[in-house]
Amino acid sequence: MANHILLILKNLRRNKRRSVLTLLSTGISVFLIGSLISVYGMFYRDEVRDEAALRLITRHKVSLTQALPYYYRAKIQAVDGAEVVVPMNWFGGTYIDQRPEHMFARFAVDPEQVFDIYSEYQLRPEQLEAFQRDRQGLAVGKSVADKLGFRIGQRITLKGDIYPFDPEFTIRAIFEGPDDFQSFFHFKYLEEALPELGGMVGVFAIRLRSPDDASRVALAVDEMFRNSPEPTKTETEAAFQLAFINQIGNIKLFLLSIASAIMFTMLMVSANTVAMSVRERTQEIGVLKTLGFPSRSVLGLVLGEATLIAILGGLLGVLLTVGVTAAMSGVMVGFFAGFRLPAWGVPVCFAIALVVGLGSSAVPAAVAARTRIVDALRHTG
Amino acid sequence: MAIPISYNVRNLKVRKGTTLMTALGIALTVAVLLGIGSLVEGLRSSLRVTADPLHLIVMRQGSTAELVSIVDRESFDVLRFDEGIEQLDGEPMISHEVVSVVNLGLRGDTQNVSNISVRGLSPIGVRMRQAAEIVEGRWFEAGKREVVVGKGLHGKREGTLVGETIKFGRGDWEVVGVFEVGRSAFNSEFWTDGNFAAADLGRGSTRSSILLRAKDEAAAAALINRVGDDQRLGLEAERESDYYAKQMTTAQPVQSLGVFVAIIMAVGSCFAAMNTMFAAIANRAKEIGVLRLLGFSRFSILSSFMLESLLLSLFGGALGCLLVLPLNGLEGRIGNFATFAESTFQFQITPLYCGIGIAFAAIMGVFGGLVPSVVAARRQVLESLADA
Repeated sequence: MANHILLILKNLRRNKRRSVLTLLSTGISVFLIGSLISVYGMFYRDEVRDEAALRLITRHKVSLTQALPYYYRAKIQAVDGAEVVVPMNWFGGTYIDQRPEHMFARFAVDPEQVFDIYSEYQLRPEQLEAFQRDRQGLAVGKSVADKLGFRIGQRITLKGDIYPFDPEFTIRAIFEGPDDFQSFFHFKYLEEALPELGGMVGVFAIRLRSPDDASRVALAVDEMFRNSPEPTKTETEAAFQLAFINQIGNIKLFLLSIASAIMFTMLMVSANTVAMSVRERTQEIGVLKTLGFPSRSVLGLVLGEATLIAILGGLLGVLLTVGVTAAMSGVMVGFFAGFRLPAWGVPVCFAIALVVGLGSSAVPAAVAARTRIVDALRHTG
Repeated sequence: MAIPISYNVRNLKVRKGTTLMTALGIALTVAVLLGIGSLVEGLRSSLRVTADPLHLIVMRQGSTAELVSIVDRESFDVLRFDEGIEQLDGEPMISHEVVSVVNLGLRGDTQNVSNISVRGLSPIGVRMRQAAEIVEGRWFEAGKREVVVGKGLHGKREGTLVGETIKFGRGDWEVVGVFEVGRSAFNSEFWTDGNFAAADLGRGSTRSSILLRAKDEAAAAALINRVGDDQRLGLEAERESDYYAKQMTTAQPVQSLGVFVAIIMAVGSCFAAMNTMFAAIANRAKEIGVLRLLGFSRFSILSSFMLESLLLSLFGGALGCLLVLPLNGLEGRIGNFATFAESTFQFQITPLYCGIGIAFAAIMGVFGGLVPSVVAARRQVLESLADA
């Protein structure tokens, strides 16, 4: 066995140029597949945090753009298992201009309880108090504050679009936590400016006593309003976000078709190389067999060489992916900060490299193993 | 003197397997580039044909989409009798429209929901979209809970067949027909009676936007200024073509990803082409020596091998075009970030894109073939002949 590995290594070094080219080509393909997996990971986060699993979102059944009556809050609160219920209105609007760097989420909420729902956000008690006391106060996530240079006490103005109203805020609190690319302000401020809202609310966020209550509470809430003029749809925060992602289109199919094209290309390239080197070495294979190497060994030599290159290429690709995504996530914020190779992506990349290595060399290896000694020795190539 | 091309063609033919596999690698690279290109092109053309150069969209200042805009009745009445607006049978061509969205699942996959636009408009609004026509059933009647469905949605989502119902506002709306407006973005919408829909959605007398048609180019420019300058209105007018052109930002991430993947794949394919060409040269060491003996110059050898690499890649490029051809005309859907609703479009493979794909393949061939050809040309005659 050790001799075989030695032989494989020698063979690899014989045509260095070819080995290096194949290695680079495989490495680049694996890097591409790794990048696609990272894009996938950005859209479909697999880790559902404990706090997020405790949250349900109730919206209007027809669509997010239709509002729910405020009095639903007390009714939902009465459902067993719902600990805290907070109304939330997506404000939208524009800060300075339409450029994406000025975009961050703004919600009109109940300042007393919003941080009971979003318990993963950390903030200083005196800032929380200052935010709750000031009707025009704004609490922003640390990543927003860092990016736009917001300081406590700074005044900012938004231009409304959905709501015909330009609110003026004083930043009172900066909270920190995972996915904190958003901001909260007083629902009362919005309601006073626009009395015509008439006590209508965008969505309700519900904090559960335990994650096990999720489906029971969701069903109970939707059942309660089923026959009212404003029926609801209640789902976990993860499902709610997934629905947003599904809106973009069939991302899975899109990524999968590109990845398959890349994998096929890899197979072609690799199979081509293996076939070429086997053809060139036909005579040698005859010599090996004459020396008493069984067909099995010849098969193993060819398979082993291709697999070794593929695995090395896989390693190169994974390293490239990790390096590039790490470099990129440093400059991206918000949603795109999730652009990195998920843990499960590493074995998948290696598995793909391995499949390509074995798959591409299967036929040439079988041909080499089956070649008769006389034919092989007579071969001129 | 040049070595005849038939020499290269024959060589490619002799090594059928290798040629085919290398070409396929290049073909798949081109296919990825073209596949994504046809998606972007399809979306662009659906947005382009939507817009009429003389049409203006009026929305609330700062609004980027009809869905988040509010235009009240008073403002509409102020604008209605502007002399810059074209007339149709004595009626000004201006339509006060309400836009909302409704969540619908895919037929057969009801969990896969998307926002679908519902547009409430007046009879003149329908007539302003000149290409609009009914392809099945009939138009909706004013004052009834009736909608017509765009051809791009018809049968794709729940409740989009004639006779079925969708739910929004205060109740069910019956689908009474299927309409089509060329290949425009309107085909991804429901249309219904504006007054009735607005009442049902609790909008009172306000709507989302105004669509109007200017008499001519000068009138359009004047109207844009007039609306923007009128402080009472708080509105903004914009050419319909600009409004839809901005929605191409939706395709930006897809396009960037496509270009990124195609370029990196091309680098990989270059390495593969290089491998193939090196093998071709190694196999033909003797031949190269003979060619040199016959008096062919180094330059002839270089250009001959470059040509062979180019032929190989062009073959791959053409193959790639053939591979993506079945995509042409296929329906796709993409979430439109600008309107917060879904747009359907048809993949479009244009001759221009095929040309780009083949040019892209040629570049791969040149890069892949350059180093091996130089190596071949620099060989010493005797060395080549002794080699085998």
